[in-house]
Amino acid sequence: MFGAGGGTSSYREAEETDLVLLWGSNARETHPIFFHHLLRGVRNGARLVAVDPRRTSSAEWADLWLGLDVGSDIALANAIAREIIHSGFADTEFIRRATTGYDEYASCVEAYTLERAEAETRVPASAIKEVAHAYGRADRAMICWTLGITEHHNAVDNVLALINLALLTGKVGRYGCGLNPLRGQNNVQGGGDMGAIPNRLPGFQDLEDPAKRAPFEKAWKASIPPKRGYHLSQMFESMDHGEMRAVYIVGENPARSEADQTRAVRLLGGLEHLVVQDIFLTQTAELAHVVLPAAAGWAESDGTVTSSERRVQRVRRALEPPAGARDDILIICDIARRLGHDWGNPTAEQVWDECRSLSPMHAGMSYARLDELGGIQWPCPDETHPGTQFLHGRLWQDPVEGPRAPFSVVENDPPVDTLTDEFPIRLTTGRRLDSFNTGVQTGAYSSPLREREALLLSPVDGARLGIVDGERVCASSRRGSIEVPVRFDATLRPGLAFLTLHFPDQVATNVLTIDATDPKSGTAEFKASAIRVDKIATVPTT
Amino acid sequence: MDIRTSGGPPSAAEVAAVDVVLGPPESLWEGGERTPGDDHLAHGGHASRLKRHLLLPVLHGLQDEVGWISRGGLEYACRRLNVPPAEAFGVASFYDRFALDEQPPLTVAVCDDIACKCAGADDLCRELEAAVGPAGTAKRGAVWRRSPCLGLCERAPAARVERTGRGANHAEGRLAPASLDAVSAILGGASWQVDDVLPMPQPPNDRRLLRRIGIVDPESIDSYRAHGGYDALRRALELGPEGVIREVTEARLLGRGGAAFLTGRKWDAVARAPVRPHHLVCNADESEPGTFKDRVLMEGDPFAVIEAMTIAAIATGCEHGYLYVRTEYPLARKRIENAVARARDHGYLGGDVAGSGLAFDVEVRRGAGAYICGEETALFNSIEGRRGEPRNKPPFPVQVGLFGKPTLVNNVETLVNVLDILGDGGAAFAATGTPESTGTRLFCLSGHVRRPGVYEVPMGTTLRALIEQAGGLREGRSLRAVLLGGAAGSFVTESQLDVPLSFEGTRAIGATLGSGAVMVLDDTADLEAILLRIARFFRHESCGQCVPCRVGTKRQEEILQRLLAGPKPHRNGDVALLADIAQAMRDASICGLGQTAASAIQSAVIQLEVLHG
Repeated sequence: MFGAGGGTSSYREAEETDLVLLWGSNARETHPIFFHHLLRGVRNGARLVAVDPRRTSSAEWADLWLGLDVGSDIALANAIAREIIHSGFADTEFIRRATTGYDEYASCVEAYTLERAEAETRVPASAIKEVAHAYGRADRAMICWTLGITEHHNAVDNVLALINLALLTGKVGRYGCGLNPLRGQNNVQGGGDMGAIPNRLPGFQDLEDPAKRAPFEKAWKASIPPKRGYHLSQMFESMDHGEMRAVYIVGENPARSEADQTRAVRLLGGLEHLVVQDIFLTQTAELAHVVLPAAAGWAESDGTVTSSERRVQRVRRALEPPAGARDDILIICDIARRLGHDWGNPTAEQVWDECRSLSPMHAGMSYARLDELGGIQWPCPDETHPGTQFLHGRLWQDPVEGPRAPFSVVENDPPVDTLTDEFPIRLTTGRRLDSFNTGVQTGAYSSPLREREALLLSPVDGARLGIVDGERVCASSRRGSIEVPVRFDATLRPGLAFLTLHFPDQVATNVLTIDATDPKSGTAEFKASAIRVDKIATVPTT
Repeated sequence: MDIRTSGGPPSAAEVAAVDVVLGPPESLWEGGERTPGDDHLAHGGHASRLKRHLLLPVLHGLQDEVGWISRGGLEYACRRLNVPPAEAFGVASFYDRFALDEQPPLTVAVCDDIACKCAGADDLCRELEAAVGPAGTAKRGAVWRRSPCLGLCERAPAARVERTGRGANHAEGRLAPASLDAVSAILGGASWQVDDVLPMPQPPNDRRLLRRIGIVDPESIDSYRAHGGYDALRRALELGPEGVIREVTEARLLGRGGAAFLTGRKWDAVARAPVRPHHLVCNADESEPGTFKDRVLMEGDPFAVIEAMTIAAIATGCEHGYLYVRTEYPLARKRIENAVARARDHGYLGGDVAGSGLAFDVEVRRGAGAYICGEETALFNSIEGRRGEPRNKPPFPVQVGLFGKPTLVNNVETLVNVLDILGDGGAAFAATGTPESTGTRLFCLSGHVRRPGVYEVPMGTTLRALIEQAGGLREGRSLRAVLLGGAAGSFVTESQLDVPLSFEGTRAIGATLGSGAVMVLDDTADLEAILLRIARFFRHESCGQCVPCRVGTKRQEEILQRLLAGPKPHRNGDVALLADIAQAMRDASICGLGQTAASAIQSAVIQLEVLHG
């Protein structure tokens, strides 16, 4: 947020807030740890508003569920903003002191009347007004989101629209208030923090800033390319152009997780050289020229992970990896050696201490302190610092310390894959409690919760199409077709269908999805495809 | 709330039974049909979770109309109330009244508890077994079962009849005294009549709390007013809350539910509690075996109970009151519900009580066949729609009670005393009885006395005099023992008959007044069978929360069975083990049930020397 790539709040604050807007997140299933904190808040009296096209198991806990049409989030957010402004709930003092760009923002949202928002989101105007007033009046309120916001072609705009609401009402930088992207894994936050994104160095430092690069170049005795690299979607484009011909993949399964799977497999299969480092022989690994078996990060390696509340925590090796599988650090150091650089065989702690010497926000987090304090929330600049419970408290200092937080003008921009008579059903995708992404880590386990993967469809649509529960159908998008069994789900409204991507070998969901990608974040629009569902013609018996 | 359903759709009858209680569902998300309004909006959360307290009324609705609670019916109730099915199942399976397997529509429950045993209930059950088959076996749409005390001890042996069905087809009644012919006829489809309160055995001039019973029309508020009804409320409004509490405190009224706490002090604590709102609960879950005085009060003078609740509410700042009555008392419930409705019609309940500008109303809640719900905190949980498990104390109900708010909980008899306290003044009230135990007390005489029934005598009257008032023993019989205070009480012997019946008098001989049950057993009584019945009762009624009680009541029954089966080499060891278990239950159970589950049996061992070879 405003230059810091992490949620602003701590989990504890969710227990003591007054209102949570859970926007595009089925945290009940996809972030169960956070959701337990949230439920404590609910038991303490907090109101919960769920914004989601589906009435998910999270939404079942909500005081109010707004079932907006897929991809109409900005219309909803801007209308909430307009209603807040018109009802006098905007924190004018905070806006004046701590933000920039309010006037342009206000004139932008002025066009988003409740009536227009109802037309674009299909959520009744009265409910939009109710949420605006609840958020505007609340002393403490948080907005939390997940991939329902970010797996869109305009992901960054969606996030900015939510940030705007917090700036408008002064609900960031205070205890119990904040803006929180909930991370889908125990260490998504840590991956970004360590620089595993194209434009950042460890510590979320801007790679294109020479002053930020310099300490790294000095420590590493090497020069760092001054321009950012490609993000994942750009890499595939580059493969498509024949420019990128060798790829080294660590712990990813793009052959199943990428939108438009047919294309992804074709491009990966066409590479001159593909190296995959993973704990299992994934579908991507099967395409590789070289497979490097790795130790499992959570049980067979030492190191740290960073949770959605920016808390760095230790993980410890509990098991020896199976024969032949090696720690990621050792594999990487061996490759470096083969390339002519001897980095030795550092321990996880030695790697971490190097990181601390280069990343100011991690500087105070020695292994000893991480043990002692049960993890530390960044930033933690020195070894006397307790860590930071919530970010951006500076915005409440007078005068504000550091740069002021900018409002952003964002307009509603519906999904790229439009609904037509030919493709009339909106398919959205998501995840379930019992499974994890493409199932590499969970598919091998059984779960009493797990049902056979199926296209979830409203019974109303089923009746209209003349299909019965459990029937195999042909689901097609503009990109491809799959055969899939249908399961009726009464929580889905007519015209809305749902698939997970947990069982790509049973149901190749990403054959249907579109790779329309947000140029700013590189995220594809997994949440909005247009599909049609057809009965499979039965072969007439003679 | 995560509602995972798997029991298939509810039947039309189940939907109707639930909707009678809750009204029709407002949306798909509440269990209704999908409408376009459901596509993009749902309300729920806190507002829907606040309906949790309606779970027991809904389960009663299903039981009344459908006769049992199926998965489909339960899950529909869960969707309507936003309660997870597993949790609702835990509630439904806690209470004896709710059947989780399909049942025949007609049930006759034959009481085989202590007083009914004295009147031949065991013979009746044996005859029924021979004539219609074993208890619990359904035949031609009917079934008979054995039951713990039905609170009809003055007309033993007693039976309770219920036919389930839609609306008016649901019917409840009682058969007391019951006979083989009458029970067989009803099981065969004969109709039954609901008989009224029996005449009081004492003349009206000897009665204070009971003075209107048999004299007023219990269904007419005019009749009640013609006999002094609502004079006390008028007086209470003149005195104001502090004045009322002062009179009750001066009267030194002690609670009649069993714990004998100073009523005035309890009222004062609730009145002063800073947290709002305050709740009032009238505990009419009279389930102690051998106790039926509250039933007689509610059946014979229901307006008095409601008037007394109103006074208590005004004194302690409660706007909402609950009367929790055991499900085995359908006539009492009907009369109380009528009294509440009439009082509301006449402005004695509602937003402006008797023109005072104060608000108070009463909701009648029905128990579901769990003795433990007479314990005040278990009763709160039951009203809240949970398993009737007692809570730890402190915090006490006056601070954290029903729905977590300060709560005044009083027994029916305690409350009705307040009418006389206000009529005569607290000091005059205290002139009756003993200095420590003021006023009169209602005693439930049952067993081997000539004229069983509810007797009202001044505190301090001797047990001997009380038994004589009830006509004494039958000709030619001698006294074996008196069980004082019900199954949770203790046995007293012939030599202790001159004990004054006051809190301090009984305490002096190691006994208790308890709920006012006085079960007289002559030399024909099968004392061993009675002890086994008591042991079985506690084993069945233990809520299971505290291990010493859950396991101890079971072991107590087993050891008794072993001891009574015949001479055994380790007899003394078993007697000592019984005493050990009794001690563990007394020391380590959180509520009165576990603490008293061994008291009658231990007193029999000590006083009556029953197990001494």
